[in-house]
Amino acid sequence: MTAPLGKDLVGLERLSPDQIRLILDTAEPFKEVSERPIKKVPALRGKTIVNLFFEASTRTRISFEFAEKRLSADTVNVTASGSAVQKGETLVDTARNLEAMRIDMVVIRHPSSGAAAFLGNRIRSNVVSAGDGKHEHPTQALLDLLTIRDKHGKIAGLKVCLVGDVLHSRVARSNIWGLSKLGAEVGVCGPDTLVPRSIEELGVCRFRRIEEAIEWADVLNVLRLQLERMEMGFIPSVREYYRVFGVTLERLEKAPRALTIMHPGPMNRGVEIDSRVADGPHSVILDQVTNGVAVRMAVLYLLAGGRPELADAAKRGAE
Amino acid sequence: MTRPLLLSGGRVIDPRRDFDEPADVLIQDGKIAAVKAGLGAPDGALVRDVRGHVVAPGLVDVHVHLREPGNEDVETIATGARAAAAGGFSAVCAMPNTDPVTDNQAAVGFIVRQSARAGLTRVYPIGAISVGQRGERLSEFGEMVGAGAVAVSDDGRPVVSSHLMRTALEYARTFEIPVADHCEEATLASGGVMHEGLVSTRLGLKGIPAAAEEIMVQRDILLAELTGGHVHLCHVSTRGSVELIRRAKQRGIRVTAEVTPHHLTLTDHACETYDTHAKMNPPLREAADVAALRQALKDGVIDCVASDHAPHAYDAKEAAFDDAPFGIIGLETAFGVVHTELVLNGVLTLPELIARMSSAPAAAFHLPGGTLQPGAVADVVVLDTATRWSVNPATLLSRSRNTPFAGRTLTGRAALTLVGGTIVHEVEAAPGR
Ligand SMILES: [Zn+2]
Repeated sequence: MTAPLGKDLVGLERLSPDQIRLILDTAEPFKEVSERPIKKVPALRGKTIVNLFFEASTRTRISFEFAEKRLSADTVNVTASGSAVQKGETLVDTARNLEAMRIDMVVIRHPSSGAAAFLGNRIRSNVVSAGDGKHEHPTQALLDLLTIRDKHGKIAGLKVCLVGDVLHSRVARSNIWGLSKLGAEVGVCGPDTLVPRSIEELGVCRFRRIEEAIEWADVLNVLRLQLERMEMGFIPSVREYYRVFGVTLERLEKAPRALTIMHPGPMNRGVEIDSRVADGPHSVILDQVTNGVAVRMAVLYLLAGGRPELADAAKRGAE
Repeated sequence: MTRPLLLSGGRVIDPRRDFDEPADVLIQDGKIAAVKAGLGAPDGALVRDVRGHVVAPGLVDVHVHLREPGNEDVETIATGARAAAAGGFSAVCAMPNTDPVTDNQAAVGFIVRQSARAGLTRVYPIGAISVGQRGERLSEFGEMVGAGAVAVSDDGRPVVSSHLMRTALEYARTFEIPVADHCEEATLASGGVMHEGLVSTRLGLKGIPAAAEEIMVQRDILLAELTGGHVHLCHVSTRGSVELIRRAKQRGIRVTAEVTPHHLTLTDHACETYDTHAKMNPPLREAADVAALRQALKDGVIDCVASDHAPHAYDAKEAAFDDAPFGIIGLETAFGVVHTELVLNGVLTLPELIARMSSAPAAAFHLPGGTLQPGAVADVVVLDTATRWSVNPATLLSRSRNTPFAGRTLTGRAALTLVGGTIVHEVEAAPGR
């Protein structure tokens, strides 16, 4: 039997809708594992996984680590500062070293777009992208999809708008692919300095005013605004950004329906999102974090050759 | 005293004279002695039967990077000249972004001597526009031309200062040399690694918009108009640039332009797998740009094909796209790529292609060669336009392997290359007798 997802997961662009649904469905039984007193199943016992982070990311790394540990894998964390080493050379050498150590899986976060595929093409181990440059962050989009499905009971037909810095966002790209493939309508909203013109060719609706996006959407996925974007001249000031594009309670109250609010974190409260919105009744931001572990368990399990119908059994193995 | 050489029975194409007929070409004392059907071989002459092949002026490439001095493990003047000879080139012009920069008469003289020592394809030095290519002070054009430089350029870097570009164009007039510019508006292109468009958006790679090139193309045209100087625009890549050049030429401004084989045949889709062999500057653009470049080459709006041969160490491209260097090698594939993609597909006639690869670049840079006129220097190529061959990086003669055409099957290559009547490249077993 060939692996249902192939060898690597480096993005959602090349996955089929069925493959995406398979991951989401496989995540369901794993959700419960995290609710048990003993949060462990033996599915990946004896497998070695390296978490290779060339870029700081506490939350994604911890989420992967929990997923791996709850599947009983042996894990090693490697953190390399992207600025301290020649990134390209290190990547080739890292690949060779990992190959020599017969690692089963590698989870990689790297500041260069394409780095995950680069590694995947050079080693036999499974490679999972934990975000590569501005390209994709597939597990983030998968957990977003799972959260939307939990909240709305479906994805097809929903209107989901990504708000903010789409230009530099790997989360946005993965969300656009994942949502479109599962039949959602996707919108993007932000200033033209932060939303590439060509994004419309991917079939998304373009909003230049947040009020219009709010009126249109069922779900807002609010992207983090890197504060360095201001220094690079993409926006004049954080204050103005919040004033023009901030997702505020006042704006949401004018909406024709209650919008589900998502954020991949970490949030800049008072910059892209109003605290009252982030903490409000329609926010599913913490559900996203919870679902992150389950989705990552599902991805690791499927890549390791786990059969979807056995995910339930794997879960019961812990009982 | 070398033996006379008779190239017998080929199709002789000499674009400068509009000549395209079966004829024999006799070469004596390093010069073209006669071009005529039914020439007999003089006593003691070498004879090459080139029936079925094309005899043309040796190809001329006005834009190569040979990395010597400074990066001899990647390419040298000798290995570059060897690759050029194999590609059918009898003359190439070496860009000055060496280490140290070729920005003075001694450095220019070094390249001339290394070229003579190699004794293969002629390597003409291009001097730097500015000292150290720093974009500040003019280099000594007069002394460099005295030592053998045929043009000036800061290629690899754009000339940021419009004032410097203006003075370079003015000062170069005394020496009648072109000022070759790599057109790139630095603040717009900053950090970019590929063409800005849908593909860059999907890949999450920082784009270089077409406007970054076009702004500088238009600036250089305006400065050429202002000064009456001759600007040569390197590796034009966008349809917008083509339109600007077309209008400039209509207005009689002294502008010439080149295009690379890869910009004529590849698009930004080649970057889709993060293939670093598709990373070059200017970047591969869109299909509409490729179409415009092809038409411009046909119309003569773009004067010539140049390879922008840019060798890199074998492992330099083994990196994430952002981290890999720009550039590819091209001397050995240039003719085959353009012949296969443009001539065999009916975009250019063979005489047009030969013009764009020999007489036109020679004319733009005021180089000898580029013609088979009796009395001219015997820089000649015999082209086998029928043989299909596969690009195998391992067997290329360049010291580097970074080609995006690996594995491609091409039709056409140089069977014999002559420089000053001396054979510098000959494919074994053919076409001799
Ligand atoms: Zn250049």
